Amino acid sequence: ENTKIRVKPDHSGVVTDGVKHSMNPFCEIAVEEAVKLKEKKLIKEVVAVSCGPTQVTETIRTALAMGCDRGIHVEVSGKDYEAMGPLQISKIFAALAKKEEASLIILGKQAIDDDCNQTGQMTAALLDWPQGTFASEVTIDGEKVKVVREIDGGLETIKISMPAVLTADLRLNTPRYATLPNIMKAKKKKIANMKPADLGVDMVSRVEVLRVDEPPTRLAGVKVETVDDLVAKLRANGTI
Amino acid sequence: MNNIAALFKARKGIGFVVHPSVFSGARTGIKVKSERTEALGLCVSGCRSLSSLAELPEMHQMMRQTCRDYADRELGPIAGKLDKEHLFPGQQVRELGAMGVMAVEVPEELGGAGMDYLAYSLAVEEISRGCGSTGCVVSVNNSLYIGPILKFGTQKQKEQWITPFTTGEKVGCFALSEPGNGSDAGAASTLARQEGEEWVLNGTKAWITNSWDASATVIFATTDKSLKHKGISAFLVPMPHPGLSLGKKEDKLGIRATSTANLILEDCRIPLGNMLGPRGSGFKIAMQTLDSGRIGIASQALGIAQAALDCAADYAHKRTAFGNPIGKLQAIQFKLADMAVAVESARLLTWKAAMLKDAKKPFTKEAAMAKLAASEAATFCGHQSIQVLGGMGYVTDMPAERHYRDARITEIYEGTSEIQRLVIAGQLLKEYAP
Repeated sequence: ENTKIRVKPDHSGVVTDGVKHSMNPFCEIAVEEAVKLKEKKLIKEVVAVSCGPTQVTETIRTALAMGCDRGIHVEVSGKDYEAMGPLQISKIFAALAKKEEASLIILGKQAIDDDCNQTGQMTAALLDWPQGTFASEVTIDGEKVKVVREIDGGLETIKISMPAVLTADLRLNTPRYATLPNIMKAKKKKIANMKPADLGVDMVSRVEVLRVDEPPTRLAGVKVETVDDLVAKLRANGTI
Repeated sequence: MNNIAALFKARKGIGFVVHPSVFSGARTGIKVKSERTEALGLCVSGCRSLSSLAELPEMHQMMRQTCRDYADRELGPIAGKLDKEHLFPGQQVRELGAMGVMAVEVPEELGGAGMDYLAYSLAVEEISRGCGSTGCVVSVNNSLYIGPILKFGTQKQKEQWITPFTTGEKVGCFALSEPGNGSDAGAASTLARQEGEEWVLNGTKAWITNSWDASATVIFATTDKSLKHKGISAFLVPMPHPGLSLGKKEDKLGIRATSTANLILEDCRIPLGNMLGPRGSGFKIAMQTLDSGRIGIASQALGIAQAALDCAADYAHKRTAFGNPIGKLQAIQFKLADMAVAVESARLLTWKAAMLKDAKKPFTKEAAMAKLAASEAATFCGHQSIQVLGGMGYVTDMPAERHYRDARITEIYEGTSEIQRLVIAGQLLKEYAP
């Protein structure tokens, strides 16, 4: 959690070798919400899905230990993985949702490595399903879902029909720690393996990363005594 | 020597190398004695392939990560406060109970997690890394209280005395030491006499961890003084209970969030069914319990040692002196290296002892070695960690001083380092007996 991020010497991305990967915090919240819905007997089965190289199965296992019933690992590695973005992932999710006849897709609102905040919305668009994003409260009411959304102006409550896509925001719930018995049970749960091609998804990216740089070092500030001093300094360095 | 080396190479799946000096008798090429081959065989064929020491099974890794996350997020931030204010971590114990950590080895049908001793060792280490006191509570509940009941109790006793203690709602304690005898456990002066359908207990037990927070105790009393240590029996007593009172809480150097006090028995009456195991088997039960308990304490010591190392290594990156982070200075590097070696070697000993126990092989010597190595590693790391931090290590702003204080007890309880040496020597000499 407290790993220092380093940019690769060729500025093509960040160093990921040897860095321990863990579940995206917002996705943890999504998994927790799904498991809670199952415990309330409002949904029948929770399937944990992740796209990426082999290490991703560890994260799926964690989701299984939290209470998901089974997992699907969509294998993407090498150049395809480096180029993978929300568009490709949402295509994969859309294809899987149709294949599995899902009634709800719950994901984190955004991943904390790229902060895109696009996958949920794109998935809903591809499926032509309603979406409840930035959810801080989810209530299933028959065939509809009531979602309280965190928006800039406050909270917005909407009611959408299922099947639907929901994205989890910070205050939706507090994810549980996997219990030891559940970790044992997770060992027996199945993780299916497939490739994007099996789902008819092309992984070609429409986005090319030109360059990655570290943020500029923050310079020390200067304290001033009066507002006049402040205005003078701002004029002097050309800000105003 | 050559014979042994060949034996080693022929076996696949060995992921580590044992220093040749271990096989001292084979130096001169003489034939290996049968006991030593057995000891070797234990080492080579092991229980699990020992290459798993290099990488734990996936389930254990997940479990370790879960405990580590819990310790980092829930225990680390409050450990200082728990220590300063001598607060029992009741809420955290309940949460750990819900996770299954308070009864790792207990089968699922009794309410436990149904995992093995290696998993338990990992759990205690990670929890102790967050808070040494909480690690102690976990260890005492698992190894010293639940342990003997699981091994020697009847089905009814297990349901009555284990199941309610798996959730974290209740914890137990273990009462063996007395004001008059600690290491000299065979001289128990607490007496139990039968009166009709009851046992009546009289005496005082000292240094009982968890005493003020416990809902039951496994307690040892002499039922037949003439039989000496074969006349000691084990009993189960609920707490609170008429005839059982607690002395004042001891003001300890470390693990201050746990309560330690005397247990005073004055005509304490319990039903006959509360005897644990056969009459007169108390000493054997105590010794076997402590054997396993040693692995738990070794794990606690490892957690504290690791926390001390983490603190020192982090500081070495951040603190600058003479123009550079102090981590660049050899004096500091050598300290960190020594600390790391001490922790890692003690950890491997602990894992081995746990794995031997899981394979139902003899593990007394290895458990004693683990406890000895880990507790000395903990005090060493605690000491050096303060040294690396300098003045900062001496104040409560940094956790180094707490690790130093928490570590100290691990060399004393559940068998002092001196006793561990006696146990190891005893086992060793048996192996070499002509």
